[in-house]
Amino acid sequence: MNPIALRFGFWVLAPPLLIAAIGFGLQGLAAANSALFFTWGFFLEVLLAGLLQGVLYALVALGFVLIFKASGIFNFAQGSMVLFAALTLVGFIGMGLHWTLAFIVTAGVMVLLAMVVEKVVLRPLVNQPHIILFMATIGIFYFLDGFGQMLWGSDVKMLDIGITKETTFILEGVFEGGILVNGFDLVAALVGAVLVAVLAVFFQYTRVGRALRAVADDHQAALSVGIPLKTIWVIVWSVAGIVALVAGIMWGSKAGVQFSLALIALKALPVLILGGFTSIPGAIVGGLIIGAGEQVAEVFLGPLVGGAIQEWFAYMLALIFLLFRPQGLFGERIIERI
Amino acid sequence: MMFKRNGLAAAATAVLLATSLAAVDARAQEAQYFPGLQYRSGPFAPSGIPFANGFRDYLAMLNERDGGVNGIRIHYEECDTAYNNDRGVECYERLKGAGPSEPAVWNPLSTGITYALIERATADKAPIISMGYGRADASDGRVFPYVFTLPATYWAGADAMIQYVKDQEGGDLSGKKIALVYFDGAYGKEPIPTLERLSKEEGFTFRGFPVASPGLEQKATWLQIGRQFRPDWTLMWGWGVMNSTAIKEAAAVGYPMEKFIGIWWSGSENDVMPAGDAATGYKSLGFHAPGTDFPAIQDIVAQVYDGDEARAKENNLGHVLYNRGVMNAVLSVEAMRTAQEEYGARVLTGEEMRWGIENLEITAERWKEMGLEGFANPIKLSCEDHEGGGSAFIQQWDGDSWEIASDWILPNRTELRPAYEASAAQYAKEKGITPRECN
Amino acid sequence: MLYREAGQFKTSYGADQAIFPIRQDRIALVLFAGIAVLAVPVLASNYFLETIFVPFLVFALAALGLNILTGYCGQLSLGTGGFMACGAFFSYKLAVGIPELHIVLVFLLAGLGTAAVGVLFGLPSLRIKGFYLAVATLAAQFFLVWVFNKFPWWTNYSPSGVISAPPRDVLPGLAVTGAGGAPAVKYLFLLVFVAVLALVAKNLVRSRIGRTWMATRDMDIAAEIIGIRPLWAKLSAFAVSSFYIGIAGALWAFVYTGSVEALAFQIDRSFQVLFMVIIGGLGSILGSFLGAAFIVLLPILLSNVPSLLGLQISVEIISHLEFMVFGALIVFFLVVEPHGLARLWQIAKEKLRLWPFPY
Repeated sequence: MNPIALRFGFWVLAPPLLIAAIGFGLQGLAAANSALFFTWGFFLEVLLAGLLQGVLYALVALGFVLIFKASGIFNFAQGSMVLFAALTLVGFIGMGLHWTLAFIVTAGVMVLLAMVVEKVVLRPLVNQPHIILFMATIGIFYFLDGFGQMLWGSDVKMLDIGITKETTFILEGVFEGGILVNGFDLVAALVGAVLVAVLAVFFQYTRVGRALRAVADDHQAALSVGIPLKTIWVIVWSVAGIVALVAGIMWGSKAGVQFSLALIALKALPVLILGGFTSIPGAIVGGLIIGAGEQVAEVFLGPLVGGAIQEWFAYMLALIFLLFRPQGLFGERIIERI
Repeated sequence: MMFKRNGLAAAATAVLLATSLAAVDARAQEAQYFPGLQYRSGPFAPSGIPFANGFRDYLAMLNERDGGVNGIRIHYEECDTAYNNDRGVECYERLKGAGPSEPAVWNPLSTGITYALIERATADKAPIISMGYGRADASDGRVFPYVFTLPATYWAGADAMIQYVKDQEGGDLSGKKIALVYFDGAYGKEPIPTLERLSKEEGFTFRGFPVASPGLEQKATWLQIGRQFRPDWTLMWGWGVMNSTAIKEAAAVGYPMEKFIGIWWSGSENDVMPAGDAATGYKSLGFHAPGTDFPAIQDIVAQVYDGDEARAKENNLGHVLYNRGVMNAVLSVEAMRTAQEEYGARVLTGEEMRWGIENLEITAERWKEMGLEGFANPIKLSCEDHEGGGSAFIQQWDGDSWEIASDWILPNRTELRPAYEASAAQYAKEKGITPRECN
Repeated sequence: MLYREAGQFKTSYGADQAIFPIRQDRIALVLFAGIAVLAVPVLASNYFLETIFVPFLVFALAALGLNILTGYCGQLSLGTGGFMACGAFFSYKLAVGIPELHIVLVFLLAGLGTAAVGVLFGLPSLRIKGFYLAVATLAAQFFLVWVFNKFPWWTNYSPSGVISAPPRDVLPGLAVTGAGGAPAVKYLFLLVFVAVLALVAKNLVRSRIGRTWMATRDMDIAAEIIGIRPLWAKLSAFAVSSFYIGIAGALWAFVYTGSVEALAFQIDRSFQVLFMVIIGGLGSILGSFLGAAFIVLLPILLSNVPSLLGLQISVEIISHLEFMVFGALIVFFLVVEPHGLARLWQIAKEKLRLWPFPY
């Protein structure tokens, strides 16, 4: 058999089998314990909602991956970049701009931010250990939080760019009550998919994308063949800023634009770890697994212990995966030499 | 900052202030000091800002309109706690000695900070008003002489909600299902014992759904509520972003808003407006009226904002939480007035203020006299009862504003009181406190 | 000129291995200890003692614990908050369950309990490294806080899930917990307690076990090849680190705030302690103290500056400015000296040795 076909077959067949196995497991558990509840229709509904939610996590995680890939920096400020971008966008809309125009202007602001970060933070800290750069991004996190709120105020702001909020029921003939699908989540998933596709094409087929991958592989080798590291960093941070803007629009129109948006970075961490810090598809697949896993666990296992387990469950899930693949699902294999 | 509590120290502080600041108010030494633990930053700032503005503006209005309270001006100083317990403690310690007089009364505006301050304030002989938050059992004034829970505790709120639901269901709750969506922390857990007790008494099924802080993630919760448990009524103890997210997610699973009631901290414009049209019909509890149709509120516009209503609106005038800030200020100032009747119109100590709160009575006539007719129900405190017998009502969001949707509901305190006392007794035992006698 | 060790000969192994081999350092230490013990409690106001010195000492202990794990053994941990919660709730259950137990013993036992939990969550470190290890400790963080929040047994069925420290004396008549504790007593108690633990830590990291940690940090495969058991090295680092952090958590709940709920030990707390370690200096005992001082003092200082200057700025703006300045200062310090305040101090000492005649 062709190994590629084999691999493809594995990736197509494994997820549904796994889901079915989990479903039967939960069904058995529910039969044994009266506190639990299980029907296949509801299970699929929760699963679907979780998968769509996972795309929203992945949107945030993507920003982390971009920066980590190109510069090896774990950018703690990604969450506050999401907040800052959303605040700026809403601010410009409030000035009377149409949201598309405001989007473009905000994207410009994010590019500007990337240039400042490169100049003030990254360049002086070049060649420092990762943990120092990580700490520096925490400094950026605090600065942006204060700066964004100082500019635009800390009250809740509405963001409505006309994404549908309708819900529909599908498969009503198959399951009792049908399966509820949230229109907004579908749109968000679509946006996420498009974004990943665009980024993948950008990385794979453009000149800049190739340069980015070269930098990710080896800074010094990239420098020696004439790739300008500083420019690359600015580009990467700009792209991460625009991804943050998209994430900010999605999350902001869900919950209003406010300070708490900066905290969603925490939801992206397990996704990131599960998918691998360096893989764009990893962020998506990780998001899907974490999203579906934590929702299913909360709904079907939560009642056993009193609920609110989804927070740590995401991390436990990531941890279990890591024990088998220490570099994450799609991360680059870690090779250590003395 | 080590000044002992006596007039000399107060005078010395005043002299210090006078020398350090050139443009000092000649009456500064006659000012009563009100510290403000507010939050205008952090994750809960959107809710903290209107409250802080209401509190500040009412005090400023009194200074402008009446020259203070019986000739004693109010000196108000704020510190930003960011709704964070350690910062709250730091703010308390900082503000404690930073005013021209002893702090009149503390309003921590956070259940967590209230918990952290109870012992400190008791040791410092400084009264705390935890208005509609904090420890419910602090209503027992024998164990908590310095803590006040007027006009209603969370337990009373839960009781009032169930009374309303029972009324709506035609007086019978047996066989009904009621869900509680709560913030998974000290604040959200407060109503659970009361609801569990009521579920036994009234025969309804009760189930709690915790939401982890800060509450952006409620998909699983609402799938369980809307698609599986399908309760007849859902109650909510949420705060900040959790509220608007809950309303959105509830709408997404098609849960009827008319059957969804939030506690008073889950019922402001901030909570419904981000949810848009989906929030229309959502209900919440309240213990004071929303809106600006009160002479006292109009006085704020006239005195503080020089009649500029647009600017006042920018400062959240008439917002539910703004009015709650006003309510909090009213209670504090009325306590000061009460204490002045006993001790004379002068700057009061914390201990004297404590007496004032404990003997506070605001009748319907008094509310009217203050220009706040119908703003809140009468309350009367005593040495034992630090809650004051306040009542609440249900308000409903009609898409544009909050409308009052029920009569005043008086929580069933004959049932609640033993629970307060039992819980307070356990606290006293753990802490080695001998409850004082009230005669 | 003043700070020069010329003429100080070491004639015994003991003198050679002293923690402070230079006489001037010893004199400075004695002076410093004198100020800390005698002058501070007398001169500092209650505000300074309660809101600056007490939390500073508690955080310094937590930072010390994390520094052992992250700075000396190289295992990145974001679970500090969870381990602090362990210490706080263990000591609460111990203190309330066995009222006769002396408070110092309660703290130490709570530390031991936390060490056991730390070893459990340290197990994945044998397979996972670097930022990926952070996930294992984050799992600990979220799981532990959830446990203490969820199961009312930990709070003796308090309806709101808040524990408040029972009043206990360290010596007869000298209360250190509860409202009865005078700030000066609390401060002195913490000072002694933390100083002793810091001394233990200093000696640990200079001994064989500390060297195995550092070898593991620098390159674990190489360390394994020269005969260091990674299992033993990593798990012992987790245990010792959690012991310190657990005690810090207990002190936080009992001595500093007096009442605490599980949510006080959320992930922000973990980050806060991590900042201290990085800003102070990874792999430095002194750095833990400097970092704690920096992170505790700076926000308080920043929020006090406008009122000290007599400026009338709204509270809102102050808070936002505080965030911005805090962030900017972190970046500034890292740019100036990426290896933390401890390294800055070391450089200053080097310079001082040659002063005023540098060559």
